[in-house]
Amino acid sequence: MNIEWIMGLVGGGLIGMAGAIFLLVNGRIMGASGLLGGLVDGSGRNDWRERLALIAGLIIVPGVVAVAMGGVQTHLTGNWAVIVIAGLLVGVGTRLANGCTSGHGVCGISRLSVRGIVATLFYIGAGGLTVVIFKHALGVI
Amino acid sequence: MRDFTSFLVGGLFGLGLVISGMTDTTKVQGWLDIFGNWDPTLAFVMGGAIIPMAAAWRYTIGRTPVLGTTFPPHSNPKPERNLIIGSILFGAGWGLAGLCPGPAMASLGFGGTGGLLFLIAMMAGMIAAPTVRSRLDPRVAAV
Repeated sequence: MNIEWIMGLVGGGLIGMAGAIFLLVNGRIMGASGLLGGLVDGSGRNDWRERLALIAGLIIVPGVVAVAMGGVQTHLTGNWAVIVIAGLLVGVGTRLANGCTSGHGVCGISRLSVRGIVATLFYIGAGGLTVVIFKHALGVI
Repeated sequence: MRDFTSFLVGGLFGLGLVISGMTDTTKVQGWLDIFGNWDPTLAFVMGGAIIPMAAAWRYTIGRTPVLGTTFPPHSNPKPERNLIIGSILFGAGWGLAGLCPGPAMASLGFGGTGGLLFLIAMMAGMIAAPTVRSRLDPRVAAV
């Protein structure tokens, strides 16, 4: 088996363990878009500390790991128009759908939530179509 | 105490994202690129994450959270229009840049100016979402 697949499985296991701890200890769903979204639109003001603490860990720990590893490459496009449009779409879309890859994908599918499964099928489908159009047909990304 | 476990959970989540390669936009776009050089890594990440999470959901039956009162109930079971429209918009942005909300935050420390720009645009989109939602469905405009 490819080493990158094994790393994917190990890293995925850590993500799942994180979600499991958040559920069993705090009784909450580990959804990245919901946790951040509640802070930026004010809907999560009652538990802002819990949200901010999770986001702090999510930013600080990978930052420290990246320094220890001598840098991690994101290979993000240098096209700022693409970055801004993509960011806006991800922000609006995840809040409309009430979840993203972590909330609907990891936490939803694992409890066999119909909404989680449907959302995942649609965002993967739309993502695949976008790559086909903008990479192969138009050559923008 | 809840804040401490939250920080720990966030750190573990971020560590998992970096180890699995999900902060690398080419790996995410490679998974979505079924007609190109398809990269199945994301499926291993999802599988690896869903296994402990499914065990956790099973464990919740008949119990209460260690530091909470109740476990999150199943929300509206039927997928509604906003779930579909939102997921399509999210998927389009995810495909364009190769970033979703978790990795967008996790890569802030090493993602450079582009990564920061993505995060700012994403938060702007989140702020705009209630307006978009009320435009899509006039019935909830008053809420």
